[in-house]
Amino acid sequence: MAEVTAAGIQPEVLFWVGCAGSFDDRAKKITKAFVKILNEANVSFAVLGTEESCTGDPAKRAGNEFLFQMQAMTNIEVMNSYGVKKLVTACPHCFNTLKNEYPGLGGQYEVVHHTQFLNELLAEGRISVESGKFKGKRITYHDPCYLGRANGVYEAPRELIKKLDAELVEMKNSKKRGLCCGAGGAQMFKEPEKGDKDINIERTEQALETQAEIIAAACPFCNTMLTDGVKGKEKESSIQVMDIAELIASAKDL
Amino acid sequence: MEYLPNVIFAIVLLASIGFFTKNVGQIIRNINLGKQIDVSDQKSTRWKNMARIAMGQTKMVVRPIPGLLHIIVYLGFIIINIEVLEIIIDGLFGTHRIFAPLGALYSFLIATFEILALLVIVAVILFWLRRNILRLKRFIKPEMKGWPKMDANLILYIELALMIFFLTMNAADFQLQQLGAEHYTKAGVFPVSGLIASLFSDMSIPDLILLERTAWWLHILGILMFLNYLYYSKHLHILLAFPNTYYAKLGPKGQFKNLDSVTREVRLMMDPSADPYAVPAESTDTPDKFGASDVQDLSWVQLLNAYTCTECGRCTSECPANQTGKKLSPRKIMMDTRDRLEEVGKNIKANNGVFLDDGKQLLDTYISREELWACTSCNACVEACPVSIDPLSIIMDMRQFLVMEQSAAPSDLNNMMGNIENNGAPWPFNQMDRLNWSKEN
Ligand code: SF4
Ligand code: SF4
Repeated sequence: MAEVTAAGIQPEVLFWVGCAGSFDDRAKKITKAFVKILNEANVSFAVLGTEESCTGDPAKRAGNEFLFQMQAMTNIEVMNSYGVKKLVTACPHCFNTLKNEYPGLGGQYEVVHHTQFLNELLAEGRISVESGKFKGKRITYHDPCYLGRANGVYEAPRELIKKLDAELVEMKNSKKRGLCCGAGGAQMFKEPEKGDKDINIERTEQALETQAEIIAAACPFCNTMLTDGVKGKEKESSIQVMDIAELIASAKDL
Repeated sequence: MEYLPNVIFAIVLLASIGFFTKNVGQIIRNINLGKQIDVSDQKSTRWKNMARIAMGQTKMVVRPIPGLLHIIVYLGFIIINIEVLEIIIDGLFGTHRIFAPLGALYSFLIATFEILALLVIVAVILFWLRRNILRLKRFIKPEMKGWPKMDANLILYIELALMIFFLTMNAADFQLQQLGAEHYTKAGVFPVSGLIASLFSDMSIPDLILLERTAWWLHILGILMFLNYLYYSKHLHILLAFPNTYYAKLGPKGQFKNLDSVTREVRLMMDPSADPYAVPAESTDTPDKFGASDVQDLSWVQLLNAYTCTECGRCTSECPANQTGKKLSPRKIMMDTRDRLEEVGKNIKANNGVFLDDGKQLLDTYISREELWACTSCNACVEACPVSIDPLSIIMDMRQFLVMEQSAAPSDLNNMMGNIENNGAPWPFNQMDRLNWSKEN
């Protein structure tokens, strides 16, 4: 962002990469896939790079309001100094926090999730989706809590899957009644409490029941949890966990 | 002597209304122990939510079978109230079927009440079977042992008894009308009790009158007793569901409130030029405590939530933590909050308006840390609740207390927060490496 601003360019959108998208090996692949699509569509975008810092979501959900607001205000200061107007992110946790909790602290931006953004690009004819590769494949979609229930975005990702001419199959629990992957509320960063089962295993079992070949995810944390679940069930050879951006990029051979 | 029944009726009626009013006052006092929050915004959306969710029962039918059965009982409750009005007038003035002159409309009403009463009986029996024979999972969780289980069944028994009294009263009345008994004007159509009436065909007029009067009295006494039972029961939801859906959170479920006191503090820290003395007027409303460890730290809407909870367990059955065998149950969070609130309310009452420390609190005495830390903040409980209760908000407030007042987060989370503080990410990576992905293949 610093570079494009120095060059006097106001990019169309700021891509908020997020901590997972920056550091987690699996999530970095999603970041790269999404960037390929942005480049393909000639979207002028920027990233904050080393000036980006955690949104504060896990701190807030763990109960540390102070740390959350410190993070939020630091980020807001940076973004406001660049005059950021629109943000896109591939992480529903960042999406929720930026969209809902930043405005009250002085950060007013238009925030979209990458599945919504991809739909916008499609509607504007800036990208096309070739169906070939995934035609007729059974794909099940896992609703991330912070995209679905938390913000009511159920259709944007599903529309993209349908555009691939894939067969979208729903799990026992979906949309409003979707089952959590087990990562939210800062659970990602701690061991689960005592119980009979891990939540990601329960969810993976629901996904396996659909006999899908691909579990489509729209959140880097869900992706990790479900990938671990599939490994735990030793089903890596029959079912794959892929982000929607990866599906689109792969369909386009990017 | 002639007016004795009317006098007795008036006394009983006044006493039960008086007792009920006293209990309502107690509920309002207890709810007001919560922190004040401003919920005066977006009135039209709030009214719409109340109409849709409480009156329209839209969330109930997400599960069609209990939803439909519940609508029957709910309609029965609302509509049969017209009958109760007639009974009260008759009781006070010694009249009989005072609304009878409505003629065809009256016949229609009575017929409707009767059909509803029969449907309510069917629904109540099915409800009982679901709870006691089918033993649906959500009804037999640990928090449902003892009083909550008994309460749920008692409600069903009372409703069943009330409907039976109502139909018996009508059947005897119908029979008396057929026999042309004095005082029993021919009025109404009795599609259900007309069938039972044949059982009474051998009875004499005085016996029938005795039966009719007994059923009449038991019916109305039962209703008045039920009214006063509400305060001790999850059945309170029949009243509180309305304000509760009105005051429920608006806006996206994922949006958690930002603490203003923290905002002020952080602003001061981030802006070294800010004059710390420029804000003293406001700083008086800085809370002396972050988050919640007891009911007084919660907002009054959260306390209203607790009194409204129907203990239906829809939240718990959708909760990912509970489904996988963790101790957390969002229903239990609400039941604990109500129990503790009652305890605090009694404490204050016994000590002339001041709370005397009883060595207990909502945290630990009622809700364990293990429960609080098992939550994924997935909002499934909030979505599932048919009366717009938000158990998640209580969990989050209590976590806030644990972290901000006691630094008592699980050690993994302390590491995560330490990382965010030091390198701007929940993992121990250097902020300067944030863009490395762009250089990799
Ligand atoms: S938000 Fe927490 S309590 Fe509610 S359903 Fe999800 S995990 Fe359970
Ligand atoms: S909180 Fe709502 S869903 Fe949960 S038991 Fe109470 S009324 Fe039912």
